[in-house]
Amino acid sequence: MEFMKYTFDVEKDDFVRAGEASSNIKRTLRELGIDSAIVRRIAIATYEAEMNIVIHSVGGQVELEIDPNSIKVTARDRGPGIPNIELAMQEGYSTASEKVREMGFGAGMGLPNMKKCTDRFTVESVYGEGTTITMEILLKAGD
Amino acid sequence: MKLRDICEKLNLKVAAGGNGLENDITGVYICDLLSWVMSHAQKGDAWITVMTHSNVIAVASLLELGCIIVPEGIEIDEDTIVKADEENIPVLSCSLSAYQLATAFNEMGIGK
Ligand SMILES: Nc1ncnc2c1ncn2[C@@H]1O[C@H](COP(=O)(O)OP(=O)(O)OP(=O)(O)O)[C@@H](O)[C@H]1O
Ligand SMILES: [Mg+2]
Repeated sequence: MEFMKYTFDVEKDDFVRAGEASSNIKRTLRELGIDSAIVRRIAIATYEAEMNIVIHSVGGQVELEIDPNSIKVTARDRGPGIPNIELAMQEGYSTASEKVREMGFGAGMGLPNMKKCTDRFTVESVYGEGTTITMEILLKAGD
Repeated sequence: MKLRDICEKLNLKVAAGGNGLENDITGVYICDLLSWVMSHAQKGDAWITVMTHSNVIAVASLLELGCIIVPEGIEIDEDTIVKADEENIPVLSCSLSAYQLATAFNEMGIGK
């Protein structure tokens, strides 16, 4: 497998198209014949990152990079950033509004889910600038 | 068990995604918090939820769930029906409560 890169735009508050980036990424990985357990982990992590852009940010992008050794997903937004990453990472912590809670978001499980599903996980955030989440699953021969 | 047979037994009404009635249902998961479902529901599960906006279809499709069952006669959003048909996710409605559905699935030996 050679190096491949795809980018998907994610709009703030667009609950109608929300999930499309994750769904495209999942389809791409399936078509490449990636192991279904790995596709599932990437799909979960990507969906959580995509929904956080829709719900908590002013908008951004999700990028998929594939090479023979790993699958990498980067979720990047243009702000506002996360003031306290350690707090945001805690299970159950959420600043979600009443409106999105009524839709079933806001359990405070998204970031912990991303971490759990991936081999490498980093959050970089500058309050006032934006957040970049990098997630990677390492491939072994046969995946 | 085939979803078609479950629908018949429990008198579930097919609201959308009728192409998926041959799905094999292998478990049951009940929860309304989407990121909780994301990390706990398994492929092939019947997902019982009161959430009926279109994001439930994205969740079910990403996890390859067997169907969504909306209990207690709750109305299903039109967007959700359209998306469910596109993604081939069966959405069923019924007058039973989540608890009554769960006990019925248990009696059928599903979700143990
Ligand atoms: N991209 C982001 N930009 C700004 N803040 C964010 C971003 N992602 C997460 N956060 C902050 O971190 C908190 C925790 O995020 P997490 O995804 O774990 O939970 P949630 O989105 O609130 O609920 P859930 O994901 O369970 O629906 C959010 O409530 C929000 O305050
Ligand atoms: Mg979240």
